[in-house]
Amino acid sequence: MVALVLPRLVDVSAASRRSASVTERNVAALRSVYWLLLISGFVEPLLYLLSIGVGVGALIGDLTLPSGAVVTYAAFVAPAMLASSAMTGALAETTFNFFGKMKYMKLYDGVIATPVQPFEIALGELAWAMLRGSAYSAAFLVVMVVMDLTAPARALAAFPAAVLVGFAFGALGMAISTFMRSWQDFDLMSSAQFILFLFSGTFVPAEAYPTVLRWLVEVTPLYRAVHLIRALTVDTGGWSWTLDVLYLLTVLAAGLLIAARRMGRLLYK
Amino acid sequence: MTTGRPLIQAQGLVKRFGDFTAVDGIDVEVRAGEAFGFLGPNGAGKSSTMRMIGCTSPPSGGELRILGMDPVRDGPAIRARLGVCPQLDNLDPELTVRENLTTYARYFGIPRRVARARATELLDFVQLGDRADSKVEPLSGGMKRRLTIARALVNEPDIVLLDEPTTGLDPQARHLVWERLFRLKQQGVTLVLTTHYMDEAEQLCDRLVVMDGGRIVAEGSPRALIERHATREVVELRFAAESQEAFAGKLDALGERVEVLPDRILVYVPDGDAAVAEVAALGLHPANVLVRRGSLEDVFLHLTGRTLVD
Repeated sequence: MVALVLPRLVDVSAASRRSASVTERNVAALRSVYWLLLISGFVEPLLYLLSIGVGVGALIGDLTLPSGAVVTYAAFVAPAMLASSAMTGALAETTFNFFGKMKYMKLYDGVIATPVQPFEIALGELAWAMLRGSAYSAAFLVVMVVMDLTAPARALAAFPAAVLVGFAFGALGMAISTFMRSWQDFDLMSSAQFILFLFSGTFVPAEAYPTVLRWLVEVTPLYRAVHLIRALTVDTGGWSWTLDVLYLLTVLAAGLLIAARRMGRLLYK
Repeated sequence: MTTGRPLIQAQGLVKRFGDFTAVDGIDVEVRAGEAFGFLGPNGAGKSSTMRMIGCTSPPSGGELRILGMDPVRDGPAIRARLGVCPQLDNLDPELTVRENLTTYARYFGIPRRVARARATELLDFVQLGDRADSKVEPLSGGMKRRLTIARALVNEPDIVLLDEPTTGLDPQARHLVWERLFRLKQQGVTLVLTTHYMDEAEQLCDRLVVMDGGRIVAEGSPRALIERHATREVVELRFAAESQEAFAGKLDALGERVEVLPDRILVYVPDGDAAVAEVAALGLHPANVLVRRGSLEDVFLHLTGRTLVD
């Protein structure tokens, strides 16, 4: 039994060690210019929260959620901004940057000549994307607590959820990137991302849409992410968010597998 | 030097890309401590072969074993013991010269402290010590090549694969690279390289194969190949007249082979001076006469032709 299990364990530890070396490379590549970019990813959702959540919210007043909970408009918008910033942070790293590294910097052509394999590259890049996404999420949760849009205990519960959101979108973005032919294709992705940002129950409850549209909205990943984080930060009771967790885990696994498989095809020519 | 155990064994190795067959069933054996060369014009299948040996390109057919292992199943274990210097530098432009080595070492699971020590040592070896903290971008082509070679050595590999290690370098840089590769060879590192520079092959390779159109057309040591496919000496004759063609027929009996080029005639002979004397005896008066030793270049052009294959 030991003889059967041990090589597997060694395999897993070697694989995670190799993934970590890919993450480590990104830490080494961090430069001062990059910091500005990092900060912009945090400032953007904050500006939305202040302008729309607080500003427009003053005109709208309070909202009643399907569970019956009554919340201010800012408290309604804040979790959605958290979910979208987790999405944006993860996507920025796993689409533009990942694509550039693979196609133009030919970075992975050098990496695959070492023991590191495509799946490990994907995992390492994703872990890096998540370090970035998680930093945004943590900062944003602090802002939410300070602005009294959620309770500290709820913010603690929402943090791992935001990390999961980032992981799922990161994996999805990476899988999509392996199908991209040039930078032009990313325009399409940016548009899709913006549409998701507008209609995923972010600024308007999905219940306000006509039934068919509402179903459509409810199967999109950002809606599930918003739903999950809203449930944890402001809503009361209910377990429907466990469905969101399952959904996001599925997206994560599928994205990672597709990305690794496509990378294998593209790199092992 | 062919007494070592075989490190690379290929039988009937094939690589196809769609309908195109890049490598068409080659047999190769490289032994420990050897410097082995793949020679051939562009498109001969050298790089495809190198990528299969480097375990980053699965073979389409045939048998391939590297360090006694299967490249598809044991890829990571094999690559852990290879050093690869690809044809096009793929250094990390976001890292410094030193970080390129330390980060690469981490891909092999080498501890940070060891990686740092090795980076310093290797930068000295390729004479880049004073550029350690520079970015990669401003480096010259020769410096990038040397850094890529240093990177290929960071895991202290058993086999170093070099795909056209000196293409595009100026003479000074080429000689520096050759000198470093020669030192590696003396340290007992097995070198496998591709090149289309004959002087490079003659300088570095114990044994080589000539590839053309995905097949091996000749195999042996540089000396043996010259003896078999060229002659000891070559006489180059240049006639003043417009066409060299007119004189060629008269020279046929002179050597083993006569080749007519637009600007001169090559006569492949065992003894150059004797052949020149015979030319004079025939009453021919070439404007220019050159006697030289047969070279690998003669072998190469004889086997793969003079036509451009690009």
